[in-house]
Amino acid sequence: METLERILSQHPFFKELGVDYMQLVTGCASNVRFEQDQFVFREGAEANQFYLIREGRVALQLFSPERGHITIETLGEGDILGWSWLIPPYSWHFDAKALDLTRAIALDGKCLRRKCEDDHHLGYELLKRFSHIMGQRLESTRLQLLDLYGVRS
Amino acid sequence: MVPRPYIVKRIRKDTVDTFTLELGPKDGRSHFSFAPGQFNMIYIYGVGEVPISICGEPSNSTLVHTTRAVGSVTKAMSKLRRGDIVGIRGPFGTSWPVEQARTRDVVVVAGGIGLPPLRPALYHLLAHRDAYGKVVLLYGTRTPDDILFKEELENWRARFDLEVFVTVDRGTPGWRGNVGVVTTLITKAGFDPTNTIAMIVGPEVMMRFTALELMKRGVKAEAIYVSMERNMKCGIGLCGHCQFGPLFTCKDGPVFRYDQIKDLLVKWEI
Ligand SMILES: Cc1cc2nc3c(=O)[nH]c(=O)nc-3n(C[C@H](O)[C@H](O)[C@H](O)COP(=O)(O)OP(=O)(O)OC[C@H]3O[C@@H](n4cnc5c(N)ncnc54)[C@H](O)[C@@H]3O)c2cc1C
Ligand code: FES
Repeated sequence: METLERILSQHPFFKELGVDYMQLVTGCASNVRFEQDQFVFREGAEANQFYLIREGRVALQLFSPERGHITIETLGEGDILGWSWLIPPYSWHFDAKALDLTRAIALDGKCLRRKCEDDHHLGYELLKRFSHIMGQRLESTRLQLLDLYGVRS
Repeated sequence: MVPRPYIVKRIRKDTVDTFTLELGPKDGRSHFSFAPGQFNMIYIYGVGEVPISICGEPSNSTLVHTTRAVGSVTKAMSKLRRGDIVGIRGPFGTSWPVEQARTRDVVVVAGGIGLPPLRPALYHLLAHRDAYGKVVLLYGTRTPDDILFKEELENWRARFDLEVFVTVDRGTPGWRGNVGVVTTLITKAGFDPTNTIAMIVGPEVMMRFTALELMKRGVKAEAIYVSMERNMKCGIGLCGHCQFGPLFTCKDGPVFRYDQIKDLLVKWEI
C-alpha cells in the first residue's frame, strides 16, 4: 500500500519541499472519502483543511435564490482544493460538493498554520505554492469571464 | 475557379445556432477527396461565399459541413432546405499533420465551433488507431446546450482507446459534468508531452492559452498545430483578403505549426 508520505511527495504541489518538511506535512495529513453528492465543506463554515483530490470530482458551488446551486468550477484527480484555511478569516466562501465518489488526502490547515507561524521558511514555501494555484485559477476565471465562444459583436 | 453545384441532401440542427449540412454533387459525380483540416468556399447564391471546414469522414462521398449562424451568409445558409443548391469551391488549404503524428500521442483540443474542423482528423486517427499512441480529445463549450455531436461524443467516450474530456464555461442546473475553461483539462489528460502532437481549434485567445498550457507541460511549440480564421474571398492565394502577417491563411494555412505563427498571434495590428 502506498504511504501518505509517498503519495504527497510525488504530487507536483509538494515537489522539492525537502524531507523534513514532508514528514511534517504528512503528520498533518489523513485519508478522507466523500460519497456522491456529499458536501466536502459548506460556505461560511470554518476552513481548517485543504484537500488533495486523489480520485473523483468536486464541484465548487454558490447558492443563489434565483438560480439555485451554480457550479463555478469542478476539480478532479490531482487538484488541490481549498485555500481559505490560509487566509483570515479562515472560512469557506463556496460550497464544495462531491460529484462522484471522491477520495482525497485532507491536510490539517490549523496545524499547518501554526507550523508556518513558527517556521517562516515553511510558510513561504507553502504560500509560493498556493500563489501559483491561485494565479492559475484566476487566469482560468478570467478566460471564463471573457465568454470566448460568444458571437463577436 | 467556378463553384460546382451541390444539392442539400440533409439538414440537422445541432444546437440553437449551429447546423449540419450534408451535400451531394448535382452532377452525380460521387467522390470528393480532401485531407482533414481543409475547407471549402460555400457559395449561397445571391448572398455570398464563406469558408467552412469540411467535417465529415475523409472516406465518405457525402460532403459534411457544420456551421454556426453568425452573420449574413451563415444565417442564409441556416435557412436552406433539402433540395436547395449551393456552390462549392475546394478543398483548399493545409491539413492536420496526421502522418507526422504516427507512433506519437495525439492531443486534440477543440473550443466551441472548433470541434467540426477537427472531426475529420479524429476519424482518421480512429480509422488508423494502431498507428498512434494515446489519443485524447479535450473539448470546451460555453454551456452544456452548446455541446456538438453529443451522441458521437458518448460513443467515443465509451471507447477504451480514446480519452474524451468535456467541459463548459457555464454550468446549467442539472449539469454534472466539468465546469471550467478547456485549458484546465490539459493536466487531466494522460499523454507523454515529449512525444505528442497537439491540434487545436477555437477562438484565438483560447488557442494561445491552450498552446501555453501544453508548453508548460512540456510539449514543444513545433509539435503544436492550430487552425486560423481570417476573412476570405478567393480562397486560393490571389486576393490578399486573408493575409496574416507575411502569410495567406487560405494557402499557407488554415493549419499552421504554432512556432511559425506564435509571434504573429500577439501582434494586435495583424
Ligand atoms: C478556414 C476557415 C474555416 C472555417 N470553418 C468554419 C466551420 O467549420 N464552421 C463555422 O461555423 N465557421 C467556420 N469558419 C468561420 C466562418 O467562415 C465565418 O463564421 C463566416 O465567414 C461568417 O460569415 P457571415 O457572412 O455569416 O458573417 P459576417 O456577416 O461576416 O459576420 C457577422 C458577425 O458575426 C461575427 N462573426 C464572424 N465570424 C465569426 C465566428 N467565426 N465566430 C463568432 N462570430 C463571428 C462578426 O464579427 C460579425 O459581427 C471558418 C473560417 C475559416 C477562415
Ligand atoms: S482569400 Fe484571397 S488570398 Fe486568401
